[in-house]
Parts: sequence; C-alpha cells; structure tokens
Amino acid sequence: MQLLFAADPELWGIIGISFKVSMSALLLALPIGLLIAFGLAYGNFIGRRFLITSFNTLLSFPAVVVGLTFYILLSRQGPLGEWRLLFTQPAMIIGQMALAIPILVAMGHSALQAIDRRAWETARTLGASLPRATMTIMREARFGLLAALLAAFGRIISEVGASMMLGGNILHYTRNIPTAIALETSKGEFAQGVALGLVLLLMAFTLNGMLQLVQGKGRLAA
Amino acid sequence: MTRTVKLLFALFTLLFSAAIACAADNQVIRLATTTSTVNSGLLDKLLPNFEQESGYQVHVIAVGTGKALRMGRDGDVDVVLVHAPAAEQKFVADGYGEQRFAVMYNSFVILGPAEDPAGVKKAKTTSDVLAKIHSTNAFFVSRGDDSGTHKKELSLWKDAGLTPSGDWYREAGQGMGKVIQIADEMNAYTLADKGTWLAYREKSRLRITFQSDTKLHNPYGIIEVSKSLYPDLNHSGAEALITWITSKDAQQQIADYRIHDEQLFVPSAAQTAMHLDK
Repeated sequence: MQLLFAADPELWGIIGISFKVSMSALLLALPIGLLIAFGLAYGNFIGRRFLITSFNTLLSFPAVVVGLTFYILLSRQGPLGEWRLLFTQPAMIIGQMALAIPILVAMGHSALQAIDRRAWETARTLGASLPRATMTIMREARFGLLAALLAAFGRIISEVGASMMLGGNILHYTRNIPTAIALETSKGEFAQGVALGLVLLLMAFTLNGMLQLVQGKGRLAA
Repeated sequence: MTRTVKLLFALFTLLFSAAIACAADNQVIRLATTTSTVNSGLLDKLLPNFEQESGYQVHVIAVGTGKALRMGRDGDVDVVLVHAPAAEQKFVADGYGEQRFAVMYNSFVILGPAEDPAGVKKAKTTSDVLAKIHSTNAFFVSRGDDSGTHKKELSLWKDAGLTPSGDWYREAGQGMGKVIQIADEMNAYTLADKGTWLAYREKSRLRITFQSDTKLHNPYGIIEVSKSLYPDLNHSGAEALITWITSKDAQQQIADYRIHDEQLFVPSAAQTAMHLDK
C-alpha cells in the first residue's frame, strides 16, 4: 500500500496508458455508436428490430472473444496482418472500441427513443437541417447518453481479456491497470493487485463525480 | 456537427498513422517469452542493460511456450526465448526459426504438501515420484496450458510409463504462479520451475518434495524468427539480442541473479553466438 502513495513512476505510467487507451477508444467509438443509435431510433428500415436485438446481444459478448477475434484478424497470418497492429496500443484501442460500441448503441438507442418524437418533427418543420435536428435531439437525450458513455467507459477501462490478448501486457507500452492486476495476481503479489484495483476504483469514482457535477449543472439550467 | 466529425476523423487518422509508424520502428524488438523468465524477475534485471548498451527497446510478451512459438510461427514477434527443446527443434526444422542458441537452464522441482501424503520424499528418481503419486491418487495439479512446463510434465509421465488421468489429476490451464497457488489450496503436488517457486516460497505452504534429478533440468533457448519467411521483422535487433544474451558479460549477469540468496539460472551458452558476430 505504501507503494501506491509513494508516487511510483511505474504505476503512474500504467495508469497513464490505461487512460490514454480507454479515452481514445471511447472518443473514437462515440460518433460511431451514436450514429448507429440514432439510425436505429429514428430510421425506418427493414431489419431495424433485428439490428437492435443484435446490439443488445453483443452487450454480453465476452471481452476475451472480442480479443481473440481481433487477434486472429490482426495477426500477420490474418486478413489485417499487413497493418502490423498486434501488440500495440492501437490494437487495444480497436478491441476496446468493439466493446464500447454495443453499449453506446444499446443504451444510446433507448435514451433517444425516450425522447418525444415530435421534438424531431418540430425541429425539422422549423427548418432545422438534418445535422442540426440531430444535435437538438442529442441535447434532449443528453442525460441518457451520458449514462451510456459512462457505462461504456466503465466496461473498457476495467476489461482485461481483450487488452491482454491484443496488447500483450508489454511494460511501458501496453500494460494497463487490468492487465497489471492480472500479472501481479499471477506472480502472487495480491497486495499489489488489490492496490491497483483501488486505483482503478478511485479513477472511476473521480470521473463519475466530475460528470455528475456537469450533469447537475445541466439540470439547473434547464 | 460536421466539424466534430471531421475532427474525429482527423484524430482517427492521426492515431493510426502514428501507430503504423511506431510498429515499423526498427528500435523495437518484440520478444515472446515464457512467464517464468518474467515472473522470476530475471528479464527485468537483464534487459535494461541490453537496452542501454544497444539502444534497442525490447517489448516483452510473456506467455506460455506453446503460444510464444505460435507467435514466432505467425511472424508476430521477432525473437522467442522459451524452454521446450523438442518443440524448439521442431520450430527450427519446420523453417519458422533460424538457429537455436542455448541461453541457460534452471531446474524443475516437485512441490507437495509438507505432510507428503504420497511419500515421494523417499523416492530415488522422478519416475519413482510420479509412480507414487499415481498409485496413491494424491492430488496433482497440471499446468494444462501447453507451456514448456506442461510439456515437460507430460514427457516425465511418459518416461515413467504412466498415463495421468482421473479425479486426482487436475489440469488448471493457468500460469506457473497460479498453479502453485492452486496446488497450495488443494494440498496437491505439482511440477514447478525453481525460479517461480523461489518467488512464491514465502507465501506458500507447499514444500519441495523432490529435486536434483538431471531429468528435471529445464533448458532455455533463444531463436530468431525466420528471415526468409518474414524478411521485414526486426532481424538485426533479434540478432543483437541473441549476441548479447549469449555473451560472457550477460551470461555472468544471469549467473549472478539471485532470489532469496539462491541462484536461479545456470548460464549455458557455450560461445555459441560467435558466428553471429561476423
């Protein structure tokens, strides 16, 4: 425990990698996820219900399977082997995006669905352009969308399977908090593992707290 | 909205080009190795010296021997450091790797409960030990993960003329450290490399019940992944690492590495990398 507070540079490095990778994955997954969610909520096309069910199913997809799928794709023997991405941070980002998108879609979709459809129609009749009207709806649904964002972040910052397979747990490069915990546990360093777990919890708490503040303000202004 | 999309797209492109630039970086050597070299702390001690001397950066990916060789076969790493001589020979013979160089060896030990329910302490040979465990149906935890240790264990059963199966034989499918913990919890016997054991000794109630049979030697070899199959891997880096780790200096560092005052690895490179210097 002492180790934790002695500002161990190695530990900070690991935390930094965790944040960098998961934040990048979230930022990249966000527009994709929201667009799909929007399409599912407001679009009218065949197979819409099937797609919704599919994305809901993907929510329970194990991270290891996502990891393995992309491992096979990104390995040199795989179809995307030319990219040489296996055991790099971008590989981890891709894996985490694949985990985040279903959450953004499923939760985003239900948040958008809850918005009165007339808001959309009103915006359109008042002459708002398509992107503008989209923005309006997103604003209306911001609390639900924020929850989706938080849930997605919670999933990817804490998952170990995909990061381990795609990143390879390389020190100073692809070792993030969850894979470090797995390593410490396998070394029998339980205390270190628990300490890292606490760091993760603390980070999540801070982030949630900050977003809660933002959300609170939004509510006052509304 | 469109501006945000453009911005994100730019970010995306930037990230990927950075990644590709990074992946093509010749300063990085990817070493697939076994958990035992990492968990024992040896590589943490050795590699910074190499990195400082050579300017290369070594990315260590610690997995079981089976997976490490698989990574080499697929061209996903530049060099492998593993301990399964038969599998290594096959790896080289099949054309996936260049020459194999001996680096060091450590020993396996057979761990068991202090009470020694199978009475293996009285055994003379490894086969004898396994026969006692087999006949008393004492719990035995196997790695069961196709690692070097697992392969070693299977070959030992085979040498003893026994087929391990039944309720008493548990395949964990996990790393060495985990398996020691599992064996401890189950009051079982297990085969462990001495390095990992020394790192765990303080926390475990298990004891060494049998050791020092030459059959229990655990040789490590380093192999550069095939040049002809994967010409664009970091071959100069891999060769630099091999030359270094088999050098007198590094071999001495291996001999000097200690945990709890016990030497873990015995260097075994017999000036084998000479031809690489040319």
